[in-house]
This record gives sequence, C-alpha cells and structure tokens, in this order.
Amino acid sequence: MTKLRFSRKQLCIPYALFLILFVVFPMLMILFYAFTGEGADGGLTFTFANFADFFTSRAKLSTLLMSITIAIISTAICLIIAYPLAYILARSNLKRKNVLLMIFIMPMWINFVLRITALRELLDLVGLLGTENYLNTIIGMVYDFLPFMLLPLYTTLEKLDKSYLEAAADLGGNKFTVFTRVTFPLSMPGVISGITMVFMPSMTNYVVSDTLSNFNITILGKLIDEYFTTYDNWHMGSMISIILLVIIFLTLLATGGFKEDKSNARGANLW
Amino acid sequence: MVKKILSVALCVAVLVFIYSPILLLVVYSFTDANVIGKWEGFSFKLYADLFQNREIMRILLNTVVLALVAAVLSTVIGTAGAIGIFYSKKKVAAPLKGISQIPIINAEIVTAISLALLFSFISLYRTYFSLIVGHMVLCTPFVVLSVMPKLKQMDPNVYEAALDLGASPSTALFKVVIPQIFSGIVSGFMLSITLSLDDYIVTAFTKPRTFDTISTYVYNAVKNGTNSSTPALRALSALIFIVMIAAVLAVNLRAGKKKEGAK
Repeated sequence: MTKLRFSRKQLCIPYALFLILFVVFPMLMILFYAFTGEGADGGLTFTFANFADFFTSRAKLSTLLMSITIAIISTAICLIIAYPLAYILARSNLKRKNVLLMIFIMPMWINFVLRITALRELLDLVGLLGTENYLNTIIGMVYDFLPFMLLPLYTTLEKLDKSYLEAAADLGGNKFTVFTRVTFPLSMPGVISGITMVFMPSMTNYVVSDTLSNFNITILGKLIDEYFTTYDNWHMGSMISIILLVIIFLTLLATGGFKEDKSNARGANLW
Repeated sequence: MVKKILSVALCVAVLVFIYSPILLLVVYSFTDANVIGKWEGFSFKLYADLFQNREIMRILLNTVVLALVAAVLSTVIGTAGAIGIFYSKKKVAAPLKGISQIPIINAEIVTAISLALLFSFISLYRTYFSLIVGHMVLCTPFVVLSVMPKLKQMDPNVYEAALDLGASPSTALFKVVIPQIFSGIVSGFMLSITLSLDDYIVTAFTKPRTFDTISTYVYNAVKNGTNSSTPALRALSALIFIVMIAAVLAVNLRAGKKKEGAK
C-alpha cells in the first residue's frame, strides 16, 4: 500500500501557485495593458501613447500633484498627532498600557466605509460638508489612517531600551538633547513604517475623498477607478497604475521601507 | 505638572476626534428622525425597521459569509504556505516571501484592477470565484506573516523527536507542528476576517453585479444620494460599532488577564 507522502517543503506549492496566478500574473497584465492600445484594425498594438498622454495632460498631472499634496499633508498631520501620543502611551506607568493603546486603535477593526459615513454625518452637522472639500478629505484620511501611524510608533518607542536614555542623561544631555539625539533617531524605524503605511492609502483611497467631498475631489486612486468603470479605457487605467507603482517604489526606496515588516502596522499581532 | 496636563489634553482630544462620529451615530440611532441633528424622542423604531429590512439583512449575511469563506481558505493556504516556506531552501523561500509583500505594500486599487484584468482575460470577471480570490489575495499574505514568527520560535528538535518515535511526517505535522503554531494561525484567521469585512475597493472590482457587501451598499447609497443617513442604515452602523467595540474589548481584556496570570 502506498501512503500519501509529502515533505514539509511541498506545503508551499499551493501558496506559490496562488501567488503566481493571482498576484504576479495580474501585475504583468497591468504592465501589458499599460503599453498597449487598440490599433486601427481593433487589435492590440504596442504603444507609448498612454505614457505620453499622461505626462502631456494637464488634468492628469494636476490630479497627480494634488493627490501627492493631500497625501503629504495627511501623513504629516498623522505624524504630528501620533508621535507625541505614542510617546505618552509608551512611557505611561499604567499597568494596562495595552488596553489604553487598544482604545486608540480600536476603530481599525470597524468597517472603514461605515466610519467614514459617520464622519460625513458629523461634518454635515458642523456645516463643513459641501463647503470644505479639501479640508474634509484630509480630515477623513487622518481619521482613517491615524492608527496605522500610531501602532508602529508605539511599538518602537515601547521597545526602546531605557538604559540608552539614562546613559545619555548621565552623560550630561538635557531632556531636549536626549530626545533629539537619542530617542528620536532610535524611533526612526517606527516613523518610516508609519509614513509608508499612511502615505500611499491617502493618495489612493477614494472612498474617503468621494464620501467627504460629495464626489468633487478626484485623487489618483479615483482616476484609475474612473478609467476602468466610467471611461472604459483599461489601457490608460493600467498606465496610471504603473505610475502609482513607481511612486510607491520610490517612497519605499527613499525611506528604506523595504526592510520594514508591514504586518505589524495592521495589528497582525494584536489579536 | 504642565506636561501632565498637556499629555492628558492630547489623549482626550484624540479620543474625542476618534469617537465623536461613532457616538453621534449611536445616539441618533435611538431616535426616529430622518436626519441627524434633529432629536425626535427616544425610540427603537430604526432597529425594528432594520431587522425587517430584507435587503439589508441579506447584505449583512453576504458580508459575513464572504468573510468566513475567504478567511478559512486564506488560513489553510497561508498556514501551509508558511510551513512550506519555513522549511524550504532560501532560493525558494526568498522569492515567495518577496512576492507575499506585493499585496501588502500595493495600493488596493492596483490590486483590484490587476484582478479585473486577469478575470476578464479568463472570462471569470465579476463572479463569486473572482470575489473570493480577490479577498484571499488581500488576506493570505497576512496569514503567512502571522504564522511565520511562531514557526521561528518553535523548537526544531520536537519534530525530529516525533519522527524518531515513529510518527509519520503528516502525524508529526498535525500533532506537533500545528499545535505549536496555533496561536499564529488563529491571529491570521482573525486578521483575515477583519480585512475582508473592511474591504471596499477589491470587492467593488471583483463582485458579481447584483451582489453587495455592507461596504459597497453604503458607498453606493451615498453615491446615489439616498444618503448615508437612510435611517435604517444608521441603526446598522451603530449596531456594528457597538458589537465590534465589545468584541475587541472582550478579546483584549481576556488576553491581558491571561498574561497577568502567567506572571
């Protein structure tokens, strides 16, 4: 009788096939679509037209610029709020620090479309809805992505070896120096992880901008959506995706974000 | 002293920011007003409407079933994948780990359209198959990431000992390896559930046209101007807020107590 025999290594075969079929191949299709177009005879031809079209279209370039601006502002606000907050939470002497942290990041587990529509109601009540589209969008991005910034910052600050800080103080550093020369540089991995987790979704999560600007603001993610669903031009939509991928790649390169483990920022180890 | 006051003030301000929209919705779910801001007296009418609304109840069921199916499949493939990667040579493990990062780092809209391209190519666009695969693409890498650290913490000798004592490789796997990494598998599963429940963009690009989840239904309600304040939806949101907050608190308070007990 032959028994079913498999080695432990072979267990990764279904996952490997899954990744090739549903991650790698689809990404290659985006590349293919981005550099092809419908020829005169209706067939597909290789072309740089989509690329040229994007960089000569004023509307598209201004969408790109505006998305980057919204993302930079949202990321900066998240950092400004989350850093001191993470510092306070990580340094607090309370016994149940984790529960306190939990209260701050709990919304992460509630459906974001529902939270954003709740925020929409609040903005409507205070009279901002329909009048301050850009402000509302930025408030929404901060509201949605603040936990992604807070969590990695808290984790690095919490793990930070206190003896370094004591050493710095013993060697004559005042509180300000200790912070700028020791604490902050040591927390950089958390800062970088937080920035990469907030920046990209703030450029692309169009549910937030649509809901809070009454569909008046088009960010880059929305533009891709429109080329697929409204204009039915999948080639242009793919080209914009490639440009977005290049931006993601550049931000990772600039921040050294490749080394970071992204799992933590979504609270992988909190359950 | 000043520092302490500032610290508390910051904490309070952030909490107000985070919870005021949620609180607003919860409060106004207990009154029978069409718009928020006008209190019409305390009433459970919106909840009664909600449970009688067949369409919303079906969508709620869709969302939960989809999350369960996607999470179970992702957990199986992801756990097997993590074990396989862990025992593979670096030449195989490194590219698999690298590719696993793609859906995590990538913008969701790019993942969504890449799947749209694939599934229209193989004529399965907007089917239940594409929908479930789409959610699995979001979840599976996170299962791998949750299980991997547990494998690293495991004592490798225990598996060898099981084989020496006559266990077959598959018995050793199920009786020795799996129990040791079980907490990682559970957190991968829970994370998959929350990722699937939370998703809008991939769902919108892979779902059958007549199928809706809470996310797509609410987004479309806002888009079509029926407005989010469709009163029954307000009760639904409020209910989900309350249930989720209670669940997360319960899980974490229990985990906290266990930790303290272990000390």
